[in-house]
Amino acid sequence: MIQVSTTINGDEHQFVCDPRETLLDVLRDRLGLTGAKEGCGTGDCGACTVEIGGRPVCSCLMLGAEAEGKEITTVEGIADGEDLHPLQVNFIKHAALQCGICTPGILVATKALLEENPNPTETEVRYWLAGNLCRCTGYDKIIRAVMETAAEMRENA
Amino acid sequence: MRYHTPDSFEDASAIAAAASGTTRFLAGGTDVLVQLRSDLVEPDDLIDVKHIPGVKDIAQTADGGWRIGAAVSGAEMMAHAGLRAAWPGVVEATDLIGSTQIQTRCTMVGNLCNGSPAADSVPALVAAGATATIVGPNGTREAAVEDIPTGPGRLSLAKGEVVSALNLPAGHGGDAYLRFIPRTEMDIAVVGCGVSLARDGDVITSARVSLGAVAPTVLLVADAATALIGSRLEEAPLAQLAAAASAACNPIDDKRGTIKFRTHVAGVLAQRAAKIAYDRAGA
Repeated sequence: MIQVSTTINGDEHQFVCDPRETLLDVLRDRLGLTGAKEGCGTGDCGACTVEIGGRPVCSCLMLGAEAEGKEITTVEGIADGEDLHPLQVNFIKHAALQCGICTPGILVATKALLEENPNPTETEVRYWLAGNLCRCTGYDKIIRAVMETAAEMRENA
Repeated sequence: MRYHTPDSFEDASAIAAAASGTTRFLAGGTDVLVQLRSDLVEPDDLIDVKHIPGVKDIAQTADGGWRIGAAVSGAEMMAHAGLRAAWPGVVEATDLIGSTQIQTRCTMVGNLCNGSPAADSVPALVAAGATATIVGPNGTREAAVEDIPTGPGRLSLAKGEVVSALNLPAGHGGDAYLRFIPRTEMDIAVVGCGVSLARDGDVITSARVSLGAVAPTVLLVADAATALIGSRLEEAPLAQLAAAASAACNPIDDKRGTIKFRTHVAGVLAQRAAKIAYDRAGA
């Protein structure tokens, strides 16, 4: 077993894990952060996306042991207390989710996009989210929610 | 499984050399973890190279070349203006690998050492004349990238050897990499082609052409380069280029691309990549 110290959503965490456990296993089964979902387990679907160093990462393709010293944001860290992130508000407003399995990963991946590029084109949003599969919405409502959020955040910046 | 975090490539090599079971090196993990999770490979020793100083560095060498550490990600290459200007084909080839999330972690050294004939960055590296720095029990050596894969999933590296960095020569002309996939994103090359060339005025003075996904290993196609050298990319040399590229193909036949299709597309992509490289070399 390996002892790991890491920062998740601004809080310091220490955990012990088997070297084979992924970061996703650790988040869900050891730390009770069940927002990130396991879809495929092979880095194709993006449901397990978390943010590390400003970039989206598939937590199923990273070992828990590799989290040592890292700063990680999960979907649980996106809202400011009771105040939802503008992306979360607009996903609800546009009904950009149905079953919701893909939503945490898409929110985390999109938040990283808007921090890097506050004014993306629709094409840029679609390519950025190529690694986030959604089998319910057909993507259009997601894209509309993201574009509206980007416009709002630019106005309020 | 034992998880190791050595702080030098010599120590990483020593761990691998002394290991009696299955060993894997871990950089971005985008192949190793898939193999681990799908029970294809369970390493007895997993050696994480990311704690070694310099593995995240993109450095320009004294002769104008580039040294790219073993853990440099695709996203980090895309963010490096100097490397993109010198070797746009190599950077774009790496950028084609996987999704945004995969780009955060995937590395060229991992792409090479996974040994897939369809690896996107490898034909671009071969066309560029890249070499790999290899640390092993008997010291450090350099090898041409095209000499490293020996078959699907198989490498010419000896037990205990590990690739510490990739080296690109000083950017002297233009390069390009194109691949065919049936989708627009997130797919494995059916055919890939890298071209690197230099010009004196309008005339091509040197060239290297490489093909991926059309043989058990990525190919360096000497006849295709010969067709380009001395030409101004007129119709006749372009036709010779396509014929040489197609002639070099020895592909598999599967639902993603038949032998006939892959062989034909190799020639088409070689022509298109050569035109992009030619324009870049003249810019």
